[in-house]
Amino acid sequence: MRRRTVGRTVGPSDSRTVAFGVRAVSGVVILLSISPTVRPSVAQDTSAVDRGVRIGIIYRPGVRPGLVVLPGAGAALDSVRTIIARDLDLSDRFELITLPGGDSIRVSAAPSLAGAGRPPAGGRGGAAAGLNYQLYQALGADFAVGLALVGDTTVLAVHDVTAGGVRREFRSRLPPLKDPEFRMAVHRLTDHILEATLGVGGIAATRILFVMDGKVDVIDEDGADKRLVSSSDHQAMSPAWAPDGRRFSYMEFWAGHGQLFVQPVGPGKRQPVATTGQALDFTPAFSPDGKTLAFSRATEEGTDIYTVNIKDNCCLQRLTVGRFSDNLSPTYSPDGQRIAFVSTRPGLPQVYVMAADGTDPQLFAPFDYGVTGSSNAPDWSPDGQSVAFHRDVGGTLQVFVLDVRTRAVRQLTSLGRNEDPSWAPDSRHVAFVSDRSGYRQLWIIDLETGRIRPLLQQSGARLPAWSPRLPETASSTP
Amino acid sequence: MKRLSLIVLSGIAAAALAACSHNPPPVTTPQQPNADSVAAAERARQDSIDRAAAEARAREEAERQRQQHIADSLAGLGRTTEAVRTMLATLVHFDYDKANIRSEDASVLDQKAAILQANPNLRIRISGHCDERGSDEYNLALGNRRATAAKQYLVSHGIEAARIETVSYGEERPIAQGHDEAAWAQNRRDEFEIIGGGDALKQP
Repeated sequence: MRRRTVGRTVGPSDSRTVAFGVRAVSGVVILLSISPTVRPSVAQDTSAVDRGVRIGIIYRPGVRPGLVVLPGAGAALDSVRTIIARDLDLSDRFELITLPGGDSIRVSAAPSLAGAGRPPAGGRGGAAAGLNYQLYQALGADFAVGLALVGDTTVLAVHDVTAGGVRREFRSRLPPLKDPEFRMAVHRLTDHILEATLGVGGIAATRILFVMDGKVDVIDEDGADKRLVSSSDHQAMSPAWAPDGRRFSYMEFWAGHGQLFVQPVGPGKRQPVATTGQALDFTPAFSPDGKTLAFSRATEEGTDIYTVNIKDNCCLQRLTVGRFSDNLSPTYSPDGQRIAFVSTRPGLPQVYVMAADGTDPQLFAPFDYGVTGSSNAPDWSPDGQSVAFHRDVGGTLQVFVLDVRTRAVRQLTSLGRNEDPSWAPDSRHVAFVSDRSGYRQLWIIDLETGRIRPLLQQSGARLPAWSPRLPETASSTP
Repeated sequence: MKRLSLIVLSGIAAAALAACSHNPPPVTTPQQPNADSVAAAERARQDSIDRAAAEARAREEAERQRQQHIADSLAGLGRTTEAVRTMLATLVHFDYDKANIRSEDASVLDQKAAILQANPNLRIRISGHCDERGSDEYNLALGNRRATAAKQYLVSHGIEAARIETVSYGEERPIAQGHDEAAWAQNRRDEFEIIGGGDALKQP
């Protein structure tokens, strides 16, 4: 394991440090000796309920590169720097390094800052002039991120510390601090950093829809900017994002039936999805091309999966025929070829899969007949490799992940009741509902590190739906 | 079950009361208000002519009184309507994750079938509900099965299917807020709501 001699960024993740290795043991011992009223161990998840702790999945140490967010960007960029540092932490992809005795280093680092907007003062790489790469390398950094303001343009420089030069530079004109677009614009900078350093897409510029008090709310991935996006006199359920991040769908209870709506993010009116008669339609899911909406329809024959062309609001098609069973909660594979769904044909609800036209239905997530509990709420990961769902284990619900290729199922959670998982676009973070803290709230787990953090410290939020990476124009306040 | 028999009893009591108030009036009432009508009749007689005609008028007056009584007993029928409504609204409960009608609830549905039969214009909506333990979305399907089960029972007892709508609210509308079996048992239910023809209901 790569040991850092320096501390990590102070942040909600800090408590994570005690969860690993031998230090965890001493940490627990100390805790016990200080506080005799510590609750009895639950023998489930490997740590107590707290922010940013890991639970029962295997942590892979030593694979995360070190990254330092350079200080001294100036007061104007303080909040930008803070948001980026936090985003990078929440990405769970870096060992974030804080500088010891910040001030002395700040002085020497200040002249180079982002290493941009200044004439090269000699040395290699020009733009990187003055940045003490050896020092940062000694501190364990593989990458350094600098910010500078040139006129009204924010310049973000991503340094490759090992190579000793600037790898990428991004210039953008950020909206003013008070602008509702400000935070999302900064989140995009973070995603640029992930792109430049690791070549992967980030999740900073994403949002999560959820239901609270019968209305649809949205919240930024970092837990900021929670707000209502749909409210009427009717109770709402099951929000779902369109793949372009510009629209979302959800259902509302109307007298005697369930009505589906498609609503644009940003200004614009919601549209009811064409339905026939008085049926109860629920759990909408967009096809990856955004043209089709799959959903569940409950009639006196039971519940079955249908699709409708939402471009022309036409062409209702029935995919399952379940006479004596219910079929619901469709979720498309990212190639649009298949649909995973819940079927009660084995007696209890379990996760099945079929072709997108409804043919060839088969069991997807294996189970032991008469032993395994109900399985529900599947969500196909954006990389296509996994399907997350929840399953009844001993009278409570736990989040599981199915490996699509091997059909192996593994349990992700074990502390409290955990349900309704929704994948982030990076296919490694999952938002879900858990009562591990004593009441039901939204949490996010990183499958790579096992780190868990609360998304919203508010009771009653449920049915989360994680957005794709949001396009520039879709971020406007709905 | 206790609650059910209470409702049945109170229904019977209400019916009995209505019957009681029905019978006695014709005997007692003509006297009092007739003072007026008799005076009027006498005035009419003095004014003019035919005694028989006057008597006929008096009879008419009596008839009007009786109409008044029918109106009174209609108010009684209003009370009957309330009693029938209450009977109709009696909940049906279910076992966890089940949608079959329990044998002890069959009599509740029999009663509803009788009411629907006695009131051919009556139309109802059955809504299925679940407790909070199951999955939120699956519970919509389960609630749908519960509503459908009650409807199928009524249809099999001769009620026209078109008179009954069904809907499911899953676990979204609990009536008991607790998080224990007592609350869950109350929340696993079918509700019965009148959506048409429920202004004046006849007792089956």
